[in-house]
Amino acid sequence: MTATANEYVGAAAPAETGVPIPQVVAFGVMTTILVAAPFLVYPVFLMKALCFALFACAFNLLIGYVGLLSFGHAAFLGAAGYGAAHSAKAWGFPPELAILFGTAVAAALGVVIGALAIRSKGIYFANITLAFAQMVYFFSVQAGFTGGEDGIQSVPRGTLLGVLNLNETLTLYFVVLAIFLAGFLLIYRAIHSPFGQVLKAIRENEPRAVSLGYRAERYKLLAFVLSATFAGLAGATKALVFQLASLTDVHWTMSGEVVLMTLLGGLGTVFGPVVGAFIVMALENYLSQLGAWVTVVQGVIFVVCVLTFRRGVIGELGNLLRKSL
Amino acid sequence: MADDVILETEGLTKEFRGFVAVKDVRLRVRRGTIHALIGPNGAGKTTCFNLLTHFLAPTRGRIRFKGREITGSRPADIARLGLVRSFQISAVFPHLSVLENVRVALQRTRGASFDFWRSERVLDGLNGRAVELIEAVGLAAFARTPAVELPYGRKRALEIATTLALEPEMMLLDEPTAGMAHDDVERISALIKRVAANRTVLMVEHNLSVVENLSDIITVLARGEVLAEGDYRSVSRNQDVIQAYMGSGHA
Ligand SMILES: Nc1ncnc2c1ncn2[C@@H]1O[C@H](COP(=O)(O)OP(=O)(O)OP(=O)(O)O)[C@@H](O)[C@H]1O
Ligand SMILES: [Mg+2]
Repeated sequence: MTATANEYVGAAAPAETGVPIPQVVAFGVMTTILVAAPFLVYPVFLMKALCFALFACAFNLLIGYVGLLSFGHAAFLGAAGYGAAHSAKAWGFPPELAILFGTAVAAALGVVIGALAIRSKGIYFANITLAFAQMVYFFSVQAGFTGGEDGIQSVPRGTLLGVLNLNETLTLYFVVLAIFLAGFLLIYRAIHSPFGQVLKAIRENEPRAVSLGYRAERYKLLAFVLSATFAGLAGATKALVFQLASLTDVHWTMSGEVVLMTLLGGLGTVFGPVVGAFIVMALENYLSQLGAWVTVVQGVIFVVCVLTFRRGVIGELGNLLRKSL
Repeated sequence: MADDVILETEGLTKEFRGFVAVKDVRLRVRRGTIHALIGPNGAGKTTCFNLLTHFLAPTRGRIRFKGREITGSRPADIARLGLVRSFQISAVFPHLSVLENVRVALQRTRGASFDFWRSERVLDGLNGRAVELIEAVGLAAFARTPAVELPYGRKRALEIATTLALEPEMMLLDEPTAGMAHDDVERISALIKRVAANRTVLMVEHNLSVVENLSDIITVLARGEVLAEGDYRSVSRNQDVIQAYMGSGHA
C-alpha cells in the first residue's frame, strides 16, 4: 500500500527531497575559495569576514525563514565574545571550552530575550529586541569584568583540544573555517529539517498552522534561540581570533550592520548572507582610509544596492539562473 | 441523551465595538451528526466558528467540548483536543506542494516537529498516508503542484484533506463547497458524507441542496441570533426563516 503510494509520488514528478544540485555546486565553489583564500588574501581579514558571515547566516535564519526582524543581534555576538574572552583569560578555559561557554551565554540570553519578544510582530519585535540589546550594552559598559571602554584585551588563544596551536595564523584560519562551515551546514540543516518545514508553514499561513494545532510561538522561540546561539558562536570565535572582546560588538550599530549584510547578500537565500558579509567587510577594509566617511559611503552603497537589486546579490543571481541559491 | 452532545455553547456573544455579531447563541451539536449552520450573509456564522476555536475571544458565554470547558483555551490547544476548523477563505500553505501541505498536518500528530537536526527526508515516511488523503479528495494528479497554482475549488479540497490528516473528532467546515464547479461540489459532498461516518461535522454552507443532502440537523442564524433549529423539512417551512432569507435577497 505504502509502496504503491510512494511509487505514485515518484511518478508524478521528479524527486524533490535532497539538496538541489545548484546548491551543492555553490557550496563546493565557496569551500574551494575559502580553502585557497588564505594563501592569496590577508588571513586575518578572511577570519573576520568568516565570523561575520556566520553571524549573518544566523541572523538570516530568523528574518529569512521566520520573517522576524531582530534589531538586537549584537547582544548575542557581543555577549558571547565577553563570555569566551573572560572564560579564556580569567578562568584559563582552553579555546574549545571558551567558545562553547561564550556560545552558551548567547543561547541563554536568546531564551530570555526570545521568550519576552516572540509574541510581538513587525516593528514591535524590532523595537523590543533593540531595547534588550541596549540593556546588554549598558550592562557591558557598567560591569567590571568587561573592562568598560577598553574591553577584555590580550585574550589567550591557547591550544585547541590540546593539539592545535592557535597562535599560528594558518592553523587558526582553518579552525575558524571549520567552525564557519559547521555553523553554516547546521543552519542549512535546521532550515531543511522537519522543524524547518513547520517554520515554513507558519510563515506561509500562521492562522492555518495554528488551526492544525501548532503552537506557533514555540517554534518561533526555538528559531530565535538557534539564531542567537549561532550568532554567539560567531562572536565567541571572533573574540579568540582578535584576542579582544569590546563594546563595538554589543553596540547597536553592529545589529544594523548584520541587517545590511543580509539584505545586501539576499534575505532568505542560503549563500546571500555569506556574500553580503564579505562585501561589507571588503568595503570597510578598503574604505577605511576615508575615516568617518566610511559609514556615509556605506550608506550610499547600501541605498543604491537596495534600489537596484532588491533581492540582494545572491537573490538576483538565483532569480537570473532560475535556481534557488 | 445529554452526554452524547460533543459541543455545547451557552449564551455565546460577540460584540465588535458595540455591534453585536453573535448574540446569546446556544448551540448543541450531537456526536456523530452533520450539523449545518446556515443564515444570510453577515449572520455571524464565521464569527461563531472563530469563537468556537478561540480565534476570537467571546465577549460573553461559555463553550464546552467533550464535556470540557474550552472557553479560554488557545486555538492550537483546541485543535489538539480534536476540534479542527477550516477557513471560509481557503487556507493552504501556498508555496508548499499539495503533498507537503498534507504532510505538515500529519507531522503534527506523528512527531518530529521540533527536530531541527534531522533531514527533512524523514518526512518521506508520511508520504504514503498523505497520498491516500490526496487521492480521497481527487488531487492525486497534483501531488507535486504548489498549492498556490491550484484552481480555487481544488484548494478547498486540499484544505479538507489537510484537516482530515489530523483525524479530528470534530470538524468545522466554513463553506466547504463555495466557489466550486458542480462536479467538485458533488465530490466534496460525497467526501464529507464519507468522513462524517466516524466523526462530527459542523458546517456553514450556502448551497441549500448540499445542506439538504448532508445535514442531520440545521441551525439557522440571523443577525447573530438563533432563529430556528430542526431538520431540513421543518426549517425550510419555518416562516421566520423564509422571511430572513427573503429580507436579505436570498431565494
Ligand atoms: N473583526 C471584526 N470586526 C468588526 N466586525 C466584524 C468582524 N468580523 C465580523 N464582523 C461583522 O460581524 C457580522 C457577522 O460576520 P460573519 O463573518 O460572522 O458573517 P457570516 O455569517 O459568516 O457571513 P457570510 O455568509 O457572508 O460569510 C458582519 O456584520 C461583519 O461585518
Ligand atoms: Mg462567513
